[in-house]
Amino acid sequence: MLRTENLKIRRGSKTVLTDITLELKPGEVLGVLGPNGAGKSTLLGALCGELRPDEGRVWLDERELSHCTGAQRAQRLAVLPQVSTLDFGFRVEEVVGMGRLPYQSGRVRDDEIVAAALGAADAGHLSGRSYLALSGGERQRVHLARVLAQLWPGEAGQTLLLDEPTSMLDPLHQHTTLQAVREFADRGAAVLVILHDLNLAARYCDRLLLLEGGRPVALDTPEQVLRPESLKAVFGLEVLVQPHPERGHPLIIAR
Amino acid sequence: MTTLVKPRTLFIGLSLLCLLAIWLSLALGPVSLPLLDTLRAALRLIGVPIAPDGLEQAELILGQIRLPRTLLGLAVGGVLALSGVAMQGLFRNPLADPGLVGVSSGAALGAAIAIVGGSAFGGLPESFGPYLLSLCAFLGGLGVTALVYRLGRRNGQTNVATMLLAGIALTALAGSAVGLFTYLADDATLRTLTFWNLGSLNGASYSRLWPLLLVTAGVALWLPRRAKALNALLLGESEAGHLGIDVEGLKRELVFCTALGVGAAVAAAGMIGFVGLVVPHLVRLLAGPDHRVLLPASVLAGASLLLFADLVARLALAPAELPIGIVTAFIGAPFFLILLLRRRA
Repeated sequence: MLRTENLKIRRGSKTVLTDITLELKPGEVLGVLGPNGAGKSTLLGALCGELRPDEGRVWLDERELSHCTGAQRAQRLAVLPQVSTLDFGFRVEEVVGMGRLPYQSGRVRDDEIVAAALGAADAGHLSGRSYLALSGGERQRVHLARVLAQLWPGEAGQTLLLDEPTSMLDPLHQHTTLQAVREFADRGAAVLVILHDLNLAARYCDRLLLLEGGRPVALDTPEQVLRPESLKAVFGLEVLVQPHPERGHPLIIAR
Repeated sequence: MTTLVKPRTLFIGLSLLCLLAIWLSLALGPVSLPLLDTLRAALRLIGVPIAPDGLEQAELILGQIRLPRTLLGLAVGGVLALSGVAMQGLFRNPLADPGLVGVSSGAALGAAIAIVGGSAFGGLPESFGPYLLSLCAFLGGLGVTALVYRLGRRNGQTNVATMLLAGIALTALAGSAVGLFTYLADDATLRTLTFWNLGSLNGASYSRLWPLLLVTAGVALWLPRRAKALNALLLGESEAGHLGIDVEGLKRELVFCTALGVGAAVAAAGMIGFVGLVVPHLVRLLAGPDHRVLLPASVLAGASLLLFADLVARLALAPAELPIGIVTAFIGAPFFLILLLRRRA
């Protein structure tokens, strides 16, 4: 389980993230929202150990994250960055298979997991193709499958951090991707996902963290966070919020 | 595009190619030996009891001249190809090459310093001269690699464009230093320096061979252990880190192996460009980018390519001999341009 207290990160003399206290709970999808430059990716960088906190600490279970290394950490924490650059023509299942690197589970089991993860990311049909021949959205789904394979099948104690996993996807795959993430969490893993689409966040997340200028504005259920006043204050956007006619979660409509 | 050749087929094909290259390299030259005699003499040399009738001369040529030269070609080609794979993995860019980022010229500078410094002190002693030369070439290569690597990094990211440009600048700088030595050198030293700059397998001797064979064997055994980590590194440094790989350690190993390999190759045969670029590319085209196949296959392909290039160097202007660096550059430079244009498309 990943948690942090009073996290603060500076870039030069500028504080880019402060006052973050957060605990990622098993089985929960936590969405992070905020305008460009609010500190979302910085938060993810700190939570995965890439950025060293200037104040506060990040804990993975009972140990400090910076003390966890190697395969043991990789078996519990997987990270999907915003953009992945891969300039070599691996086959799709080879890319996903790299997610199995922290394990010695054997080729048969790895192949099963790769196939399952590809299926979950709705990318099973890409199997056998060269990564370089894929479109941007297809590549994004392949990388999602890779991080899913890294934690497959997903259980309590594991954490998945996703930085805008839907940024290049068509509307259908935005939903299938987040549905896959949702199911992953339902099996017990904790998920933190950075999103820009407020309606996707409302539908698939259990809790939302709203950031502005590196500070947390709200951390609560979607119903509590996605209110017209706070969205106006943070995004400068005039919105109507209504319950979804069929599902009941908040539906955000720009005025 | 999917994988064209199965790894097994590739290894069988490359092994046969390599054996053919060895055979031809042993047989052809100023004194061409009949292929069958070459085979029998070679078998005798490795201890197979065959009647020695009429093979004395062939055995002498093989043992004293052709065999060390062929071994030198195998080792240089193999280790340069491996270094190319390591560089391309390190920079996550299929256009990186030990020659392009300045490793080779750094090694040549190290060798030049050793040669000129040695001649200033009355010549390098025969007993440890080759080792000192290898050491200087290695240190030169390591120094330039480390410098290029440092210059190319900002905020924990390696910027490939910066690094290639830094490599060009340092190559020019090392080249000017070698040029200065060339200008100041006396005739005998000048000849040796020219030899390093253009590369040649001529004058191979067992004493010059040993350091290189050791290094090649070491690098060829070490790098494949990191094949999976190299695959993951191609995803990006942070991605590899999230997959549990000690990225900083891996990068240090790659820089070290490259500097060691290229340094030893330059010390033994001078600057031979483009092998490290062309060979990994050809193997990737045939079998895909998986390092578990790429590394061992590149050793075989690099060794074969260098032997064939050496055959061209030996035979094109026979009885005179071309420096092999000219041959590999003549093949490699257009190949590089084609790759550049294809990537832009």
